[in-house]
Amino acid sequence: MSNIKDINSAKRDSINYEAIDRMESFNRFVKKKNTFLFGTTVAFLTFYIFLPILAFQPVLQQKAIGSITWVWVYSLALFIMTIVLCTVYIKMAAKFDKFAAAVLNEYEKAGAK
Amino acid sequence: MNLVSAGFFLGIVGLTLIVTYIAAKRTSSASDFYTAGGGLKGWQNGFAIAGDYLSAAAFLGVSGAIALTGFDGFFFSVGYVVANLVLLYIIAEPMRNLGRYTLADMLTARFNEKRIRGVAATGTIIIVILYMIAQLVGAGALIKLLFGIEYWLAVLIVGVMMTTYVLFGGMTATSWVQIIKAGLLLFGTGMLAVLVLAKFDFSLMKMFDTISTQHGDEYLVPGMKYTSAIDSVSMMMALVLGTSGLPHILMRFFTVKDAKTARSSISWTTWITAIFFSLTIFLGFGAMHFVGIDQILAESKAGNTAAPLLAEYLGGNIMLSFIGAVAFATILAVVSGLVLTGASAISHDIYGEIIMGGKLTEKQQVMAARIGSISIAIISILLALGAQSLNVSFLVSFAFCIGASANLPVILYTIYWKKFNANGAVAAMVTGLVSCLVLGAMGPNIWSPTGNAIFVGDPLVNLAVPAIITIPLGFIAGYLGSVLTAHKVEQAEAERIYKEIRVKANTGISVQDVSH
Repeated sequence: MSNIKDINSAKRDSINYEAIDRMESFNRFVKKKNTFLFGTTVAFLTFYIFLPILAFQPVLQQKAIGSITWVWVYSLALFIMTIVLCTVYIKMAAKFDKFAAAVLNEYEKAGAK
Repeated sequence: MNLVSAGFFLGIVGLTLIVTYIAAKRTSSASDFYTAGGGLKGWQNGFAIAGDYLSAAAFLGVSGAIALTGFDGFFFSVGYVVANLVLLYIIAEPMRNLGRYTLADMLTARFNEKRIRGVAATGTIIIVILYMIAQLVGAGALIKLLFGIEYWLAVLIVGVMMTTYVLFGGMTATSWVQIIKAGLLLFGTGMLAVLVLAKFDFSLMKMFDTISTQHGDEYLVPGMKYTSAIDSVSMMMALVLGTSGLPHILMRFFTVKDAKTARSSISWTTWITAIFFSLTIFLGFGAMHFVGIDQILAESKAGNTAAPLLAEYLGGNIMLSFIGAVAFATILAVVSGLVLTGASAISHDIYGEIIMGGKLTEKQQVMAARIGSISIAIISILLALGAQSLNVSFLVSFAFCIGASANLPVILYTIYWKKFNANGAVAAMVTGLVSCLVLGAMGPNIWSPTGNAIFVGDPLVNLAVPAIITIPLGFIAGYLGSVLTAHKVEQAEAERIYKEIRVKANTGISVQDVSH
């Protein structure tokens, strides 16, 4: 992040956003990032919304372990999913930070107006 | 009120006042006041966001709901936890990269129009007031029960405390009150959960078996409160999507310096909330089994005192006093955050930017923020005093519904959709807001044939939370509003601004420089 800040203070008034937006590396990066973000979001929201749908069906109302029914197991799975996806995001975001820094470096080197 | 509870009570008040005193010395500019100067660390903001999540509705309401209705109450816990992911994946970082003090700031970074700011600020104020009435009415009832103070006096005490924190300590004091409260709450619920589990010989199986054999299998599956899937699906949609549209949560992302810290904040919040809401099972089942449903209902119809009653059973007066004080701290912290958010909409958005055209000096801005805080506090206190006899806890779910239907569509479109325009933004916000209020007003929380609600009569819309209708309406209105008025917009200029937004949102470049 620190080199982004440098660019920030040095070129505060002269960032050419349109030039960055045109860069192929920037667009590749944004596309990759959005595919990951929205793909994952759609997946976990789907898994999530099936809890209240299936919870009223016999399939989740049966006992799984002892007296614990499947709705609790499903809920536990959602909790674990949340923790796992949170960790995955932090890992991926660190990678995206590097991409973003690389894009901005490329922009700087190109000496865009 | 006895000596022990007076001690805990005064301890909390004293500690938070010390925090406010220290914070007051550091609060001199508008940015200090609204965002603690953007200087919070990830873990601090993470605890503070968790503090916002874990309101009295979450702590007392969810454990009470599990005690009375079993799994139906646990739906809330799942919703609150998964909501973290929506914030983390698609909201938190762009929000930090584009905004300054308020949601309206972020939207006007793309559409610099007063009407956008006006509508967004209005939505914020409505959400804040609905949320606050529910918290204050709950607080009054709870404090009356725990300390034997009259309702009006209890509301007044909470009102004066919250105004003091915000007025003098701004966001720094509010954040630290949240952090302290989240820590205390985690500790308190952890202790109760361990004590409950100890009674079941530390066996999860034994706890579920006991509930099954002594109370009935119906508590281990949904169906006691929600009779149809559609009702619970609608409520779950409001929870998971509404969190990302609640202005007092969104505002917290401006208290950190960059996207990376915003990300680590939510990571902390995710862990804290996942742990806390897992513990609600033990609190709920513990209260159901050891306190008994009849006893809980005798104290409060909604089950709001299940957790304090359980504390009393497990640890006598000392434990009851401690949990009571923690509940008190919880309420104080959440309402303070709401006052600050309301003030940001009134003083920064409406007065500073719309009326005065952004031409206030730093000193005037802080003064306006303080006057705004007092105004929103007085309005809420008066409304809460008037609503004493009403069951208003459902207002929180209305706030989530508005967040999901009016704010979330606009936020997503603003960040991610190129063809979105100002007309679409106004259409989405107005449609989301109005549809929630209208459908909510026709729903079963307001109308009940048996007199369980505010008016007697049949509800026209049989959904407690109309999110399943209103969220799609918000998205459709935003889409149609943009597409149908596309020809009226100066395309080249609109595209130029969107490119800037896209670069800023994705790279974090120029975070300190968002100057709308």
